[in-house]
Amino acid sequence: MYHVGVAEGSGVHERDEGEVADARSAAGMFLSGLAVSLSIPGFILFASAGGFGALARDAGLSIGNALLMMGVLFALPAQVVMVDQLARGGALVGAVLAVALIGIRLLPMTVVIVPFLGGSKASWPGKAVAVHAVAITGWIEGLRRLPDTPENLRLPHFFGIGTGLIVVALAGTAAGYIAAGQLSGPLAAALLFLTPIYFMLALLATAAQPSDWLAIVIGAVLGPIAYWLAPGFDLLLTGLIGGSAAHVLARNWRIKRDAGLGGPGPRP
Amino acid sequence: MTDLGNGWTTAAIILLVAIVAHEPWRWLGLYLGRDIDVEGDRFQWVRAVATALVAGLVMRLLIFPAGALGGPPLWLRLAAFAAGVAAFFAFKRGLALGVLVGTLVLVAGSFWLQ
Repeated sequence: MYHVGVAEGSGVHERDEGEVADARSAAGMFLSGLAVSLSIPGFILFASAGGFGALARDAGLSIGNALLMMGVLFALPAQVVMVDQLARGGALVGAVLAVALIGIRLLPMTVVIVPFLGGSKASWPGKAVAVHAVAITGWIEGLRRLPDTPENLRLPHFFGIGTGLIVVALAGTAAGYIAAGQLSGPLAAALLFLTPIYFMLALLATAAQPSDWLAIVIGAVLGPIAYWLAPGFDLLLTGLIGGSAAHVLARNWRIKRDAGLGGPGPRP
Repeated sequence: MTDLGNGWTTAAIILLVAIVAHEPWRWLGLYLGRDIDVEGDRFQWVRAVATALVAGLVMRLLIFPAGALGGPPLWLRLAAFAAGVAAFFAFKRGLALGVLVGTLVLVAGSFWLQ
């Protein structure tokens, strides 16, 4: 879906065609990783970081703290829930729990990408820093590009991807924060609309199995109801109840299907 | 709300939350990444919980917006959202196109209503 990017010329060809010696150096792969931030996913990140900047301003956060939050959390769902929770005057404990629970998503994402970070030869401190770039955009782009990168150049390449995306996200946050004060009603609303639509589509884009689809649908239905019934704890309840329901339903469905077929068949 | 965002206290809270509640998941993922069973039952459950939570957050932002997103009426926000999701599926899971179509519908609808 991202095959046509602005950065195509600089980033993609190096690994597709006969490699130029220069492009195979660590510095070259770092630079071609940086170029990802100039492609379509980079633009979406810029825009949705702009949505976050606008949201942070709306909530009363200073621009410095909005940028700090973008830089140190570097995962929009966690940032949005933290800002939203603070803006509604929710308890800090609730915000911490919600951030921790949302952050769990990063665990499986990181697990999936670690094998592509250069194997056991790459340094652990380097990897520990690199995984900071694991968030929706960095994860998708990493998984898309790293498998075709020579193993010893994967870590520099991912460092490039991560650095570029973080810079773009910070710039987007600042731009959105500043723009939010000057935009007319409909455009300010559009800026804030970017976050929910991008999150939902990113969830749908990474959904791969029945439990993912079920969790999205059940969570979407349960979320507003939980907010209406128990504001402050609604996200925790939505995640635990909706996610567990999706998990159990998907598992039962799988067992039934396998039994119906007379044993486990090839996975779809 | 103004004292929420300006102080060093808030900055300290942000740093603390990041280090205590957020970044450890990435480090744990790095640590477990060698031999964890991603297909395992417990892991799948965690993934489902996190997914449902984000989906719930999306709908909360959309249906009960805290700020300027509350300008356009609920039906328009939902229509724009649905248009974005429909475009996403219509164009082979096109993330950029879905975001673009949804946002355009919201903007066009807002100006039309004015």
